[in-house]
Formats: sequence, C-alpha cells, structure tokens
Amino acid sequence: MAEILVLVTLDGGRVTKPALELLTLARRIGEPAAVVFDPDVDTDVLARYGARAVYLFEGPEYADFLVAPKAEALAALVADRQPAGLLVTSTTEGKEIAATVALRSGAGFVYDAVDVLPGEQGTHTVQSVFAGNYTVTSAFTQGAMAVIAVKPNATTPTEAPATATVRTVAHTVSEVAKGARVTAVELKTAGSSRPELGEAAIVVSGGRGTGGDFSQIEEFADVLGAAVGASRAAVDAGWYPHQFQVGQTGKTVSAQLYIAAGISGAIQHRAGMQTSKTIVAINKDPDAPIFDLADFGVVGDLKGVLPQASAAVAARKA
Amino acid sequence: MKKIVVAVKYVPDATADRSFESDGTVDRQAVDGLLSELDEYAIEQALQIAEAGDVEITALTVGPPEAMDALRKALQLGVGAAVHVEDNAIAGSDVFATSAVLAAAIGKLEADIVLFGMASTDGGGGVMAALVADRLGLPALTYASKVEVDGSTVRIRRDSDTVVQQVEASTPVVVSVTDQTDEARYPTFKGIMAAKKKKVAVWSLEDLGLDADAVGLNQARSTLVSAVRRPPRTAGQVLIDEGDGGVKLVDFLSTGKFV
Repeated sequence: MAEILVLVTLDGGRVTKPALELLTLARRIGEPAAVVFDPDVDTDVLARYGARAVYLFEGPEYADFLVAPKAEALAALVADRQPAGLLVTSTTEGKEIAATVALRSGAGFVYDAVDVLPGEQGTHTVQSVFAGNYTVTSAFTQGAMAVIAVKPNATTPTEAPATATVRTVAHTVSEVAKGARVTAVELKTAGSSRPELGEAAIVVSGGRGTGGDFSQIEEFADVLGAAVGASRAAVDAGWYPHQFQVGQTGKTVSAQLYIAAGISGAIQHRAGMQTSKTIVAINKDPDAPIFDLADFGVVGDLKGVLPQASAAVAARKA
Repeated sequence: MKKIVVAVKYVPDATADRSFESDGTVDRQAVDGLLSELDEYAIEQALQIAEAGDVEITALTVGPPEAMDALRKALQLGVGAAVHVEDNAIAGSDVFATSAVLAAAIGKLEADIVLFGMASTDGGGGVMAALVADRLGLPALTYASKVEVDGSTVRIRRDSDTVVQQVEASTPVVVSVTDQTDEARYPTFKGIMAAKKKKVAVWSLEDLGLDADAVGLNQARSTLVSAVRRPPRTAGQVLIDEGDGGVKLVDFLSTGKFV
C-alpha cells in the first residue's frame, strides 16, 4: 500500500490528539508514516495508532526559524519517499508547511478538510465552506500527491497497533530557509482546566451581551464541563483573550452542543459554529439572527438566565 | 525610498449568500464583491509604515475586471499606486497558479516589503504569503499581530494559542498581518477625491512573462466533485424568559442528555 506521511505535532512533549486523528485517517487511504521534528517523541504511541515508519528530523533550525526549514525538510522527504499523501493538522503553521510542500512537489492541496475518504479515483476530501453553508467534496488530479490539512475533530482516534521503523533523517537546512529568525518565545499561561476550545464537546460562548463580565459564562461552562468561547465583538472590546474567539478569524468549532449567550449571530460568528449539532441561544433581542439557527432559544437577559441554569444543573447533579 | 506592495483580493461579500457555478468555481456574479475585509489590516500597516518614513505603497490584485473596486478602495484609503493583473486565462486558478502570478508581479515591482492580510474572507486558506515568499526565496513573517520596521529589519509578534513568538527578518520580506493589528481606518472625503486622480496600471500575463498554460482552472491540482448546500436548520423552540428561562433551558439540555 502507498505511504501516507503524517506530520505529528507535540504539545508539552506529548503527541497531540489531532495528530492521532491524522494517523487514524491516514489508515483509510494508505500506510501511515509519522514525521516528527522533535527526537523526544514517544514513538510507541505513534506505532499504537498505526504508524509503520517514523521519520525524525532533529536540529535547532526547526525551532529557531519560522516554517521554512520544516517545509524544506518535508519537501525533501517527499522527493525521496514519493508518498501518495501528506496529512497535517489545519493550524496556521500546518497549512503554511503543507502548502509550501505541495508547491515544491507539484501536489494537490486541500485545507480545512473535515473528512478524508478513499474515493473511486483516489483520495477524496470533504470541506465545509462559505460559513458552513456548503459541504464540498474534492478529488485530486490524477497522479498528484494529496496534501491535506485536516481540522481537529475530523474523526475519533482509534488504535491499530503496528510495528514502526524509526529512522533519523539527515537534512541540511538551506540559508534561504533561515530568513525569519525567532528571537524570543514566551509561553502563554495555560492555567485553565477547561477542555480545549477546538476539541470540546460542549462550548459556552459569550458576546456583547455580557457587557464585559464573563463570570456567568465561565460558571455555566464549568458545570457543563464545557469550553468557553467568545464572539469577535467581545474579543475586540478586550473582554476575553483572542485565542477563545469563535468565528471566521478565530476558531471553528463543531461541538455536540453550542450555547451562544449575548451573541447576535453575525455571519462572522456563524462561520465558526453553525456546524455544531445542537445550538442554544440566549439573547435579549428577539430578532437576533442567532435564533434562526437555534434548536432552543431563550429571549432574556443572560445575567438572569445563566445563573439560574447553573444552579439547576448543580441541583440535578446533587 | 522603500517600496511596499500590499497584495489585496476582491471577494464575494461574506455577508451575502455565496454559491458555486456549474464548473465548481465560486459564483462571482450572484453577489456583490468588495475588498476582502482582512486585507484592510494590511493596508493599514502599510500606511502606518509610510507615515514614519519615505515609502511608496502600491496595491496589487489579481482578478477579474470588477477587482478594480478593491484597488479603488485601497487608493481611497491613501495608497499611492495600484496594479491590476487581469487576464482571462487566470480565471479558475488555484492557490499555486495565483501565487505564481503574484510573485511575478511583486518581482517586477521590486518590493522591499510585501504585505498580505492573514487570509481572504472567501477562500480562507491563509497560505498565500508563505507561497509567494517561497517562490521568491524571501523570508516570510506571517500571522503578525504587531509589525515594526527598523531600517532594513522587520520585526513581528506572532501569537498562537500556546506561545508568543518575536520574529525578525531583513528586507526584502513578505509579511502577513492578522486582525489583531491596528483597526483599519475609513476613507476620508479628501482620500476619495484624491483617489479619482490616481491611475491603476493593468498588466497581462504577457507583461509578466508568464505562460497562459501555467495558470487557470485546467492547471488546478484538485477538482470539485460535489458542492451540496447544507440543509437549513429547522426552526427550534424560542421562548420568552418569564423568570424561569434558566430552568427551562436545563430541561431542554436534559432531553438531549447533556446534563
């Protein structure tokens, strides 16, 4: 079977859940081979999720410069291995690396895929486009390698134990790829025990209607075990950090349950949440467009509705 | 004098009901087009760099005749010159072909700094800056939330969920900026009047020394199999809070076994 390269990312030394999802998807279209830019990776985990090979790149260049050294090394590996596909997680860096590799390899490139399937004439991808209004299925031109950037949550990671051959790949990073120098890195304080926004089953988001006070949003999220999100209006006002923004220029979530509190439902926000399974809206304005999407809506002030709901959930648990 | 090129895109209005043509390309007739909102942040950064020094800014777009509107908006905002690469052969181009056209035009303009928005509001790929930089062999400072120019050094702040990176490169350089950079300005009456006198250069593929066979729909390496409109969400139950809205909400959640 054809080899499918999977770019594996680590978080705090651990293989990320989206990377395990990629390995799971890769098994549908070929034999997964993991590519890692960190020699400290636990290769046993990769083998447990089906990797037949692990290609390790090591060297300070991959962290000292933005994107280009990784893209260059991957393109060289592609030229050497001639895989049928390359899967990466659809983050900003993942997409940049994938696009550059595809450019250099003459491959086809699809980003923000929500599914990867074997088709009659090669691999098919599924994307959700135009603010989630269309589901688009694409194929690759015959003979072109399939480079696919896949959104988190496209599938549930499942184990399929394999024996992986681990190989360290030598690559000399060119001077051209060392143009964008990283001069300082500062870790953002995590500090939250809530699930990751892009991966959470339940998301509670707040908008302009919070008036800047997210305490009721956070309290309700915590009783539900949910992640907290925010609209662009709330983020632009400085009420909540940008990494929690749901919408076109923030995160796209496809939650089992999405609760929008004090959010009117502008297209910019809908683009980030309308593929969620069940949608609940709380808003003072009965004409807010968010109610057109909602499976259940309450016309009222979130300041009253949410604390009462939090208490009701707590009472059920007791 | 520094030369800045701001690459902008003319896109179907994201607030309208966008759809596809029968050949799988985006239907650009059915809805109004405009300058991609995220490109306004790139124009704003260019204008701010220009305010601090001797700089010439050129807005560049690749697109159909209507794409002139996007350049007009850039000129109204204070950009000095504009280039429109227009050629029937370009229609249907994918990101790779488009990056070839942009790279050729940027090379011809001899830019010191090339600015992009973080992504277009239609395609949303966010990879064009990286592709153009790779084609030109230039460093790419992408997804900047802050840009600082100091002589021939450009420094940016790049935010991800977990880290903040400070990154720098020497010009010539390609930069893309996020919507976390400074809020874009509005055109002034003076700016609108001044823009009427500014000329837009129109270039063909031939002007760029590019072959028509190298671009367009037939060159795309992925093809659309189907585009299915998502069924509209069925109207749900909306009730007015009469003091028990929170309890009713939890009743609903329990029917879905969420609590």
